[in-house]
Amino acid sequence: MKPFLIMAALALGTSPALAEDWQATLDAARGQTVYFNTWGGDERTNAFIADLGKRTEAAYGVSIRQVKLADTADAVARVLAEKTAGRDTEGAVDLIWINGPNFMTMKDKGLLHGPFVADLPNSAALDMTEGSANTVDFTIPVEGMEAPWRLAKFVFTYDSDRITPPPAGMAGWVDWAKDHPGRITHPDPANFMGATFLKQALIELAPEDTDLSIAPTDASFATATAPLWEWYDALRPYLWRDGKSFPENESAQHQMLNDGEVDMSMSFDPASAAAAIGDGLLPETVRVFVPAAGSIGNVSFVAIPYNAAHMAGAKVVANTLLAPETQARMQDIDVLGSFSVLDPSLLDDAGRAAFASLPTAEALPTLDDLGPVLPEPHPDWMPRLTLEWQHRYTR
Amino acid sequence: MSGQGAIFIRGAAGALIVAGLAVPVAFGMWHSLGASFGYFPAIGATRLSFEAWQGLVALPGLWRAAATGLFAGLLSTAISVMLAFAVLAVFHGRLRHGTFSRILTPLLAAPHAAIAIGMVFVIAPSGWIARMLAPLVGWAYPPDIPTVGDPWALALVLALVVKELPFVVLILLGSMTQIPVRQHMATGRSLGYGRAACWLWLVFPQLWPLIRLPVLVVLAFAISVVDMAMIIGPSNPPTLAVMVARLFADPNVDAILPASAGGVLQLVLVGVGFAALLGAQILVRQLGRLVLRCGLRLRWLDKVLSLPAALAVGVVLLAGLGLMSLLIWSVSFVWRWPDLWPASLSMRAWRGAAESWQGAAGTSLLVAVCSTAIALLVAIVWLESGDRTGRGGTSIWLQFAIYLPLLMPQISFLIGLGGMTLQSGLFSPLALVVWGHWLFVFPYVMIALADPWGALDPRLERTAAALGAGPWRRFVRVKLPALLTPICTAAAVGFSVSIAQYLPTLFLGGGRIVTLTTEAVALSSGSDRRVAAVHATLQAVLPLLVFVLMFAIPATLHRNRRALRGGFSK
Amino acid sequence: MSLQLDRLTVTRPNGEAMFAPLTLTVETGCIASVMGPSGMGKSTLLAAIGGHLAPGFRTQGHVLLTGRDVTHLPAEKRGVGIMFQEAVLFPHLSVADNLAFGLSARVRGRAARRAAVEAALGQAGLDGMGQRDPATLSGGQRARAALMRTLLSQPCAILLDEPFSSLDPELRQDIRAFVFDSIRRAQIPALLVTHDVKDAEASGGGLIGLAPAAATSAGRA
Repeated sequence: MKPFLIMAALALGTSPALAEDWQATLDAARGQTVYFNTWGGDERTNAFIADLGKRTEAAYGVSIRQVKLADTADAVARVLAEKTAGRDTEGAVDLIWINGPNFMTMKDKGLLHGPFVADLPNSAALDMTEGSANTVDFTIPVEGMEAPWRLAKFVFTYDSDRITPPPAGMAGWVDWAKDHPGRITHPDPANFMGATFLKQALIELAPEDTDLSIAPTDASFATATAPLWEWYDALRPYLWRDGKSFPENESAQHQMLNDGEVDMSMSFDPASAAAAIGDGLLPETVRVFVPAAGSIGNVSFVAIPYNAAHMAGAKVVANTLLAPETQARMQDIDVLGSFSVLDPSLLDDAGRAAFASLPTAEALPTLDDLGPVLPEPHPDWMPRLTLEWQHRYTR
Repeated sequence: MSGQGAIFIRGAAGALIVAGLAVPVAFGMWHSLGASFGYFPAIGATRLSFEAWQGLVALPGLWRAAATGLFAGLLSTAISVMLAFAVLAVFHGRLRHGTFSRILTPLLAAPHAAIAIGMVFVIAPSGWIARMLAPLVGWAYPPDIPTVGDPWALALVLALVVKELPFVVLILLGSMTQIPVRQHMATGRSLGYGRAACWLWLVFPQLWPLIRLPVLVVLAFAISVVDMAMIIGPSNPPTLAVMVARLFADPNVDAILPASAGGVLQLVLVGVGFAALLGAQILVRQLGRLVLRCGLRLRWLDKVLSLPAALAVGVVLLAGLGLMSLLIWSVSFVWRWPDLWPASLSMRAWRGAAESWQGAAGTSLLVAVCSTAIALLVAIVWLESGDRTGRGGTSIWLQFAIYLPLLMPQISFLIGLGGMTLQSGLFSPLALVVWGHWLFVFPYVMIALADPWGALDPRLERTAAALGAGPWRRFVRVKLPALLTPICTAAAVGFSVSIAQYLPTLFLGGGRIVTLTTEAVALSSGSDRRVAAVHATLQAVLPLLVFVLMFAIPATLHRNRRALRGGFSK
Repeated sequence: MSLQLDRLTVTRPNGEAMFAPLTLTVETGCIASVMGPSGMGKSTLLAAIGGHLAPGFRTQGHVLLTGRDVTHLPAEKRGVGIMFQEAVLFPHLSVADNLAFGLSARVRGRAARRAAVEAALGQAGLDGMGQRDPATLSGGQRARAALMRTLLSQPCAILLDEPFSSLDPELRQDIRAFVFDSIRRAQIPALLVTHDVKDAEASGGGLIGLAPAAATSAGRA
């Protein structure tokens, strides 16, 4: 056993038994090439994965071959085809970047290997308490079948030069909008970001006993959303264009923020504001704000197919993705700018130092600034909210 | 070639036009109709029902969307025709020949999406005009006035007028050669009527029957336009055509049923538009006669007419500003309110998006060149075989086949065609897109080529025959060179029509074929206007370059042949 | 009423004069004729008097109608009627509407206007043809209708640009007599351009030969 691993195991409080198992995995993984299937549409992510491959190669002798997909469902279909053809070992897909519906499909059809997350030594710094964003993927229980790797979290951006920060809670928005008439808006709820805005408000405004993690009925939907619509009716007249039209999506709203047509926008990527400022796409005075009670977030996961040819190697990659150095590097605004899934309070000193040494930007929140991650409501809520909003406000 | 051979070739060309153009359009429409009543076997829907229609009607804002689309189409067409008329009434006989076409060709060549993206920046609350006004009016922030995406679709109307006005002006100019305008004007004025009154009472009523069909094409297009409406039209709800296009793109396969119903409704909407236009025509004619019989000389109209003419000039300037702003945005780094000029320039957008625009431009070029080449080939074979069989270039059914895809809303039959071809998987998406463009390129190529072809002096060919030249030699050595200018013009028109296509690319390519147009439309709602501007600039420049090239070819080859040099129009 | 030309000539866009300056006076009810070989600028002369010169062409000298200088007025304010070689009837209007279009707005009221048109049709021998499509009329009928339309507009002078040259020889005499009689009866000065000496003789007015730019030509009718 390498001294580094002993130290790591001790530091993380992992039992020696687990460490022995992990050593076996590392031994099996050496020399393997992991076919990592990901959506290939983002150049920065592709570069990050290429760099990751160099690191696993150097440290563990595991190389990564990224299979760039136009749609993650293609990889799911491939595994399914292999299962149908009876090819239960030596599958072509070793690791998939996966989310929500695709995860549900693979889990339901028994296409996943696991649970494996608890075996990964670096998972110790994950908040795995029940209901945390790492344990449910769009309300589907993860149950150790996929490992988190990066965080998407709903945040507001605003131009601190032109407007006061958003209020701590959504209830305060009516007064805030009244103070800045015509300068505030949200994307069209037919768009995912617009719908998320409504969900964020719903979570805060719904009556105490509402359980958003179960599918709504007509009655429960009406009860849960009544305060939301009351709030929205009060808010709407002060919105941009009297709340009669809305930007098509958050990109359009970012453009409007840059043009000075509105003073705020929203995003699922807390680092996007800082990145956009660097790219000349937002004024330097734009800042990020998270509601005090936290905001909706979801986590990107990786999963291993049941028939993966290089299962051990896949686990090594999944574990390396969770290493504090990797996560800090991922969060580096100059590399990827995606926020870490690790809980700062569970990190050791070395891990904390890795994050502390990251370049900062005034518009870049720290992991601590982001606050708690609120889980997504059950998937059925979103289309209902969108439809109800359209019925009420589209004439 | 023997007479029999010519008849065979003509038959083959005719069959190709019918089978490749009219039949698919009709079949696509039929398929949309079937799907709107629940019959779409490819997705397992075989039970006839009204569910698709119920689903469509349940869409929030549907009726408003339909009314907005109809309103925008009718208003923009009416304004375009009136402004074009005013422009000619004021400037005809005062400007040199060719001035109009020189000014209007860049606008005619610029695709709709590029015009709309450019216009958005010019007229938006944070746009160029508002920035010019800001210091005068004291706007610290862009005003909260819906100048784009307004619920009445007036911004869309303006953008449509910018695009349609040059087309209508050129159509009017072309048809004016068929009427002794100068003589009628002189007669009217000698009777005491002013210029404007003469145009109104004498010239326009004679031109109208000649331009009615093209105006109907413009109207059908304006009511059904998708790309422009997405970029500059209302959003909540959008126009019906946009609503239907979004339904078609819905990942849920079953959404194609209500989308088909929407396509059928779109056809009905265009029918209503046609009825409104033809009804208005009857009403205006009757009213006009009553007023005319009063003998009022209406000389004051001359002064009134300078207003729409000035508006038309303003529209052209606006479009020019829009196209210019695209170029500037594409090389700017930071350009914020209230700066009239970018704070910093950079080629980052061109470099950073190089992979994207190079790929899209390549695909655009490939599709445009292929569809235009095929269209030219078919048109020339048809016209030449017509000459050889002595039947001339036009016939009623060909006229019908040519105008069918132009008069029907694209979205109505493309939904059916797209649904069918995507499910069948028989053809590559690229081949389908080339064919889809050809559906619209061919009619315009044919319209551009048929008249000059028919007007070619038949003595040329007879003389060549008398000198012993066979049909093939006559065709290659005499006719093609003599017709080089119109052929080049037709090629440029076809190319620009193809570059501008949005729906055929999207629907027949199944989202897998990315052209400058689809990319520009997609990026227009993105956060980086600079990258959108890169694509839109290219989209506007490519057809313009081809127009210049197609102007240069006959001008160079025929540099010592004044009679053949020609220009873009007569 | 009278039509006076005072040293009138027209210059081409390149600045050269088309014909020698022309001075003449046509008294009311008289029909003067201008003759000259084709290409001399006879039609251009009429265009200059009527105000219909093509862009680039310029008038020098003066045109006076009953003493009023109209040289720089737009065509529609001169009150100079014109008849072309091919009688220009507007093809989209019925014969009666062609006449109604000409009829001066000073005649008010639907009934009065209709009566005036009917009377003019009768004068031209076109009774009952008011609703006809102009294309169905014979050449002579078209010429008579076009003249009536011009007379109904109550012009101060009438210009005749070879109005009979496209008619058959038999018809020609009748129409010529009809046109000249009608103009004399209406007491309007008229200027006829022709290359047919018989037209000039029949007009009974003076005959002026249009001279090349170097010479001068003058006459009185």
